[in-house]
Amino acid sequence: MSNTVSPMLKIDNLHVRVAGREILKGISLEVNAGEVHAIMGPNGAGKSTLGNVLAGREGYEVTQGSVEYEGRNLLDLEPEERAAAGVFLAFQYPVEIPGVNNTYFLRAALNAQRKHRGEPELDSMQFLKRVREKLAVLHLKDELLHRAVNEGFSGGEKKRNEIFQMALLEPKLAVLDETDSGLDIDALKMVADGVNALRAPERAFVVITHYQRLLDYVVPDFVHVLADGRIVESGDKTLAHKLEEHGYAWIAERKLAGAA
Amino acid sequence: MASALLEALLDRQALAHAARPREPEWLAAARRVAAESLAREGLPGPRSESWKYTNLRALEQRTPVVGDAGALSRSIDSAIFSLPGFQGSRLVFVNGQWRKDLSHFVAEAGISISTLAAADPEQLEPWRVVLAQQHTDSAAAFARLNTALATDGAILRVEANAHVATPVHLVFIGAATERDIAWHLRALVELGAGASLRMIEHHVGIDANGVSQIGNLFANYALGRGAQLDLVQIQNGAAGATLIRRSECALAADATLTTHTLEIGAQLTRHDFDVDLAGDGARFVSRGVFALRGRQHADTHLDVRHAARNTISDVLWRGVADERARGVFHGAITVAAGADGADANLSNKNLLLSPNAEIDTQPVLEIYADEVKAAHGATVGQLDEQAMFYLRTRGLPPEAARHLLIGAFCATALSHVEPTELREHLAAMLDSRLPRTEAS
Repeated sequence: MSNTVSPMLKIDNLHVRVAGREILKGISLEVNAGEVHAIMGPNGAGKSTLGNVLAGREGYEVTQGSVEYEGRNLLDLEPEERAAAGVFLAFQYPVEIPGVNNTYFLRAALNAQRKHRGEPELDSMQFLKRVREKLAVLHLKDELLHRAVNEGFSGGEKKRNEIFQMALLEPKLAVLDETDSGLDIDALKMVADGVNALRAPERAFVVITHYQRLLDYVVPDFVHVLADGRIVESGDKTLAHKLEEHGYAWIAERKLAGAA
Repeated sequence: MASALLEALLDRQALAHAARPREPEWLAAARRVAAESLAREGLPGPRSESWKYTNLRALEQRTPVVGDAGALSRSIDSAIFSLPGFQGSRLVFVNGQWRKDLSHFVAEAGISISTLAAADPEQLEPWRVVLAQQHTDSAAAFARLNTALATDGAILRVEANAHVATPVHLVFIGAATERDIAWHLRALVELGAGASLRMIEHHVGIDANGVSQIGNLFANYALGRGAQLDLVQIQNGAAGATLIRRSECALAADATLTTHTLEIGAQLTRHDFDVDLAGDGARFVSRGVFALRGRQHADTHLDVRHAARNTISDVLWRGVADERARGVFHGAITVAAGADGADANLSNKNLLLSPNAEIDTQPVLEIYADEVKAAHGATVGQLDEQAMFYLRTRGLPPEAARHLLIGAFCATALSHVEPTELREHLAAMLDSRLPRTEAS
């Protein structure tokens, strides 16, 4: 008899309000370790809201439903507790933090997480060793490390820095919020290579994107279409191609047809 | 305005004490005139534009005695003012009294250092204009008070073209006294043409709980043609102290004054910093930060006058106020008629860390010349919520994220302090005054 494995992330009938407006209107989604889920959808569908709710941003009011992560109520945790528990959000718009050195920040963040988990903190030698390993895996230059966090970074550099942070922090669940937006093809491949290098049986990804383009390089196990706050279609990677071919209007038509 | 404070400060005994037998008659006369104008016009009240954010009413009921009779015998641990890696001359004043035992002179060609009290009339003669200067503006009441009563302080003179290698450390210590005191000191610093010097003005407090004093320091800096002065000001005065400082600087052609100011101590401080860019190509660079908490009140009035061609001023200040503290930054830049080619830049950004804290910033730009480049900006804001969230999603608890952001916000102002050891020392002092992370 095989053990029943509960999903890493279980979103059940999630309703979320932002500034008095209902944005998510009953989302259910299960993500298991090792899986890559793509969430696609038109602008305004609620994609980024989903990412922000998972990371714990203020101002997002959950009116119904639940989110379980590794069997715990994720919504009860503070953002830093979620981080320590292994949840990572790659921001659509990474924040510039003038005056804070990238390396210093990352070491402080990693050690805060380790401390929270009861693990020993890394000294600067151990930390630098880990940094070098990750840079090598991602084929990144160490030049980003010496600068202030995201300050004056190009769009591509900011996204690469998010992926680098993800690699360094080794989350269990990584949510990528439109990490592909605004990237040229080379930068896109670099981001995709980074994600692929981190794919592992114990790690799951939720990749939020507007375009199918990224999914040519990061091949998802499941594709979900989010429209008007609901998942209206789920399928395998071929769903992304259908969307690319027919556009989001196709979904709306199918919805209407289904409702009729 | 009559006040108990002025009566106490200008009582007959104090005035008699200030009249030194060896003093030249012009100085004695200047003291009398200053005391008279002060007695007549009093301290600036709330209607004085330049004091509108700093109310002196609380001071006016105090009756301090001038000077501390026990200053020479108070035990002072030199660790409280030592600076890492510092090897230079040091003049130490405790409650306004020079302490020979704590001071130290490094002999070096090209610089002479002495105390004002020990100066001969001939040594005072070159300073006659500034020592006898009468401040006509009643807002400069403490300058009048200083003119009337300061009998000691420091005189530094650097000869033309002398590049002084050893820095000079002026230390002003506030120590607990049996009763409320006031002290008045003067610093006179002159750099000849082409000379260079590094100096540190350092205010320190000990016995945090027993210090009730009004300290009054008036400093004059005269920079000759092409001279360079690097001045670091550390104001970490005693918790209960009131510190009133005035720095008046005159720069000849191509002279450069670089200042870094850290304001973290004392209960109430007011610093008037006047810079006269009098010669073509003179340059003033000011970096500063104040970090206040509790009921601290710090008021910095920077007044820069571009009076010659191609003069440069570059001012960048940061301010942080927590709890019920109040910060005031007044940055005035005047470009006089004919001062073409002037380049003035002033930036003052502030963070309020508590709903009960207050920061008032006033950038003032007055331009009477034609070809001028001038930019100024001042903001008062709160911590960036986006940045806080970003740091927290990476695992930093809110207190740590806050500390990191505030530290980075302030650090820009001190990033160019030389040497590195001093920069790190200032950074650590600043850091110790910022909201702490719990148990780290």
